[in-house]
Amino acid sequence: MNDDRRAFRPGRRRFLAAAAALAVAACRRAPPPPPSSVSAGGRRNYGDRSPYEKIVRSFNPATTTPGTGSSKTPLQDARGIITPSSLHFERHHSGVPDIDPSRHELLVHGLVERPLVFTLRDLERLPSVSRIHFIECAGNSGREHSGRPGADPQQSHGLVSCSEWTGVPLRRLLEEAGLAPGAKWLLAEGADTCRMARSIPLAKALDDVLVAYGQNGEALRPEQGYPLRLVVPGWEGNVNVKWLGRLHVLDQPAMTRDEAAYYTDLMADGTARRFTFVMEAKSVIVRPAGGQVLPGAGPYEISGLAWSGRGRIRRVEGSSDGGASWQASVLDEPVLPKAFTRFHVPWRWSGGEAVLASRATDETGYVQPTRVAIVAARGLNGTDHYNGIKAWRVHPDGTVTHA
Amino acid sequence: MRELVVVLLLALAPAAEIGRPATPAEIAARDITVLPTGVGLPPGRGSAPAGRDLYAARCAACHGLRGEGQGEAPPLAGGQGSLTSREPKPTVGSYWPYATTVWDYIRRAMPYDHPGSLTPDEVYAITAYVLSLNGIVADDAILDAASLPAVRMPNRDGFVDDPRPDILP
Repeated sequence: MNDDRRAFRPGRRRFLAAAAALAVAACRRAPPPPPSSVSAGGRRNYGDRSPYEKIVRSFNPATTTPGTGSSKTPLQDARGIITPSSLHFERHHSGVPDIDPSRHELLVHGLVERPLVFTLRDLERLPSVSRIHFIECAGNSGREHSGRPGADPQQSHGLVSCSEWTGVPLRRLLEEAGLAPGAKWLLAEGADTCRMARSIPLAKALDDVLVAYGQNGEALRPEQGYPLRLVVPGWEGNVNVKWLGRLHVLDQPAMTRDEAAYYTDLMADGTARRFTFVMEAKSVIVRPAGGQVLPGAGPYEISGLAWSGRGRIRRVEGSSDGGASWQASVLDEPVLPKAFTRFHVPWRWSGGEAVLASRATDETGYVQPTRVAIVAARGLNGTDHYNGIKAWRVHPDGTVTHA
Repeated sequence: MRELVVVLLLALAPAAEIGRPATPAEIAARDITVLPTGVGLPPGRGSAPAGRDLYAARCAACHGLRGEGQGEAPPLAGGQGSLTSREPKPTVGSYWPYATTVWDYIRRAMPYDHPGSLTPDEVYAITAYVLSLNGIVADDAILDAASLPAVRMPNRDGFVDDPRPDILP
């Protein structure tokens, strides 16, 4: 058993324990426990969660490059739409740098009237905005595409998370510097050891991109780009450049490795798509889902998350027969653009085999496709940007696996 | 009084008062952008034979002596003609569209344990060696800021811009 599986077991145990407790309560009303007079952790200047809470991110244990790789968010244990900063997925190509914010500077140069340098203090003087957005790795759920589905929501879809980000609109910084004629692209470069860099079309940069220093009410976490990162709403995680140190306004894309070769999608005919920025509408049921055990037939609530890089989720439909029939789900407010949306579908389990699936539609009318349709259109060689309908199979013994 | 209000408003107006001007020297020190046109490449030159020795010392431990790759260190050579097969092998030679990207990535990010430690001459040399492993330049090729962007990569025209949404209900 690897670390990922071990990490999930406490949740499953809690689930079973809760079910058992309910069963006992139904038979005989046990006396309530005496009220506790001692808090679990005492006074703490920076709070931690209850010691009873054990859910964690999971790392790929096979990674051999020290400090580098990715970790996945335990979506099956997520509540609401905000991912705690400490559970936000991470992906980095050369480790997490240690950056002193008092010495960090953002350089804006290239095709601008006034090349400028901003400190963190400078940026904090500018009007700030806070917005809730998901960030998703281009490769999230790519295992589903290649036919090696993850055993639970964390393994299948855990390279996506959602935070409230606080910072300055990138547009404002570009206005401070003044765009010069010919400006069309922007190269954003990190201050990590590999100087990870991506080119972004100026139209997007002037639209809704944030230069963010805050995450969920405090400073960014180191894995999320402390002290400064780009948030490029709805676009693949890699362009949300972390540890942001330099913005170079250009007349063309720089064609760094990560845009010229790596984050490209190879099609069956041997051509490859580039600048595949948008993360299209996707949804996944997180409860009941793979790795969980249903204690018995009866009523359940199917709960999951949906998101679209093109805007708001308009609807999510749920199915318990593998997609033969669909019913509307309830969307929790708020339903925000380019953010997680929580959906619920009431469901009564007969105790027989069932296949649970969800299908998201966004405000542009785009409908989450099936894996069959994706493979037919794109082949099997490029697995980034996969957003197929995800199904979980409920077995008569109550176990749930990928379908 | 009115004059005072105007002065106050001007003082609060969002002019470019926040941030400081970047000096040409600090821009030059930090600007490592290299474009496919060759803009941004520094002076210097390196040969594939020199690159072979540097590669053996700085790169081969992870990528293999002939760029065959191992584990998470991807193969750098081979794979031409494989992109339509069931097991495509995208490498510098079979997949990367621009030679400038190779140079830029080596300078930025390699070697993994000491990125940024190679001189421009060394980066030209290692780039020449990696391209020679792929049969793209001669075994004794010398690259510099003029010849590198002129290298024609085999998969240069293999890319298309994003056609999505490509799957309609």
